[in-house]
Amino acid sequence: MKILIVDDEKDVEMLFRQKFRKETKSGNLELIFAFSGAEALSILGESDPPSVVYVFSDINMPGMTGLELLDQVKKRFPQISVSMISAYGDSDNYNKAIKSGAKEFFTKPIDFESLRNEIQDLMKV
Amino acid sequence: MEAPNRQSRNITRARVFVISFVVLIVLLPKLVIAQVGLASDSSPVNSSWWIILAVFVVLIGIGYFIFTSQKNKAVAMEREKWRINKESLQAEIDKLSETNKVIQDQLIQQEKLASLGQLTAGIAHEIKNPLNFVNNFSELSIEYVDEISESVEKLNQNGATEDIKLLLGDVKGNLTKILQHGSRADGIVRSMLMHSRGGKGIKEPTDLNELIKEYVNLAFHGMRANKNPINVDIKVQLEEGLPKVMLNPEDFSRVILNLCKNAFDAMRDKAEILGKDFLPTLSVNTKNLDDSVMVVVEDNGPGVANDIKDKLLMPFFTTKKGTEGTGLGLSITHDIVKDHEGVLEIDSVVGEYTRFIILIPKTQ
Repeated sequence: MKILIVDDEKDVEMLFRQKFRKETKSGNLELIFAFSGAEALSILGESDPPSVVYVFSDINMPGMTGLELLDQVKKRFPQISVSMISAYGDSDNYNKAIKSGAKEFFTKPIDFESLRNEIQDLMKV
Repeated sequence: MEAPNRQSRNITRARVFVISFVVLIVLLPKLVIAQVGLASDSSPVNSSWWIILAVFVVLIGIGYFIFTSQKNKAVAMEREKWRINKESLQAEIDKLSETNKVIQDQLIQQEKLASLGQLTAGIAHEIKNPLNFVNNFSELSIEYVDEISESVEKLNQNGATEDIKLLLGDVKGNLTKILQHGSRADGIVRSMLMHSRGGKGIKEPTDLNELIKEYVNLAFHGMRANKNPINVDIKVQLEEGLPKVMLNPEDFSRVILNLCKNAFDAMRDKAEILGKDFLPTLSVNTKNLDDSVMVVVEDNGPGVANDIKDKLLMPFFTTKKGTEGTGLGLSITHDIVKDHEGVLEIDSVVGEYTRFIILIPKTQ
């Protein structure tokens, strides 16, 4: 199962790779990373249908924001689940994201236990 | 407007005098002639007429003089009345514009606070990003140290492995501290955000003791960081085993902050009067009652007089000078407590203490 993580901070890759080391080692999970909304869209557009099943995106990014990316993905690839991961966990952002079709809303600092549960639920399906 | 009136009135008066004077001057020789004539017995009837006429004119002059001076007195009295009236109106206007200025200052203050709140929210959110890495990388590293320790166990044990184990123990200890303090910083940021607009405003089972500990501490440090900090002895006595209560933590933390802030302000006033002899003390207690939990916030400040006590919870009522108080703190506090179906009571002895007692029912 391939999931895409979108965040403008590069250290996110190192963090996620280590946090999901076991899952990626066993081959059940493949992580790919994009550091902007535009990069994320081009990765998703590379194959048809896209190989990615789940996108986790930051909200506050230069250029395309996570919420704009969410709208785009939902429009072009409605089959892909999108969840937001943001430091801005206020009700405004939360409501906007859920209204635009986000599956979940995770706040930073990320609680990887809940993120792992979310991904495992998806792997079972 | 007044000056020309008075002037013209003076002119008419002067004119009357001049005319009577001229009349007298003109008539005087005639009178004298008349007297002489009388003596010489020339025309007696004629001269007595002149005398009557002269006296008549003089009488009219005097009468007019009395009449005008009476009238002037009445006008002056009227004018004085107007002046007093005007002065009191002016005083009223001055008072109103003073109040207006205070309200404007308060609005500016509010505006500043609001923009500060927004700024704080922005900063607080941004701090969460580095905290995300600090906390999660330290967590990971703790796991790695554990794994390394297990691997070291499998090695041939000697002095070197002993050293490695000791060092790994230290590294793990340090990482645990980093995680602990990162989480602490996260907690502070979260409470800052709650006060700008972050939270979702839902009642949830809340550890009241933890909330009180955190916010009394925050209120204290907030006061110390602001202008005119005072030394306060803080006594927090929280009953252990207090059950979780259904609270809106965002709102209820405001209650604790408001009550602490009020206590600090009151004690500051007393400290300014009494100086070093007075040791400000704030005590905060919780108690587990049968069907409710009780929170008591008590200060040893100047206390609240009975006639003011009833007004304390009214919106916009404040005993603080100028722009220092909005008069909303306690009224908001009261609203929040009511919103939790609770009771807020005030107990005070002037010069001794002020005690705010909050009762929150366990089941709402």
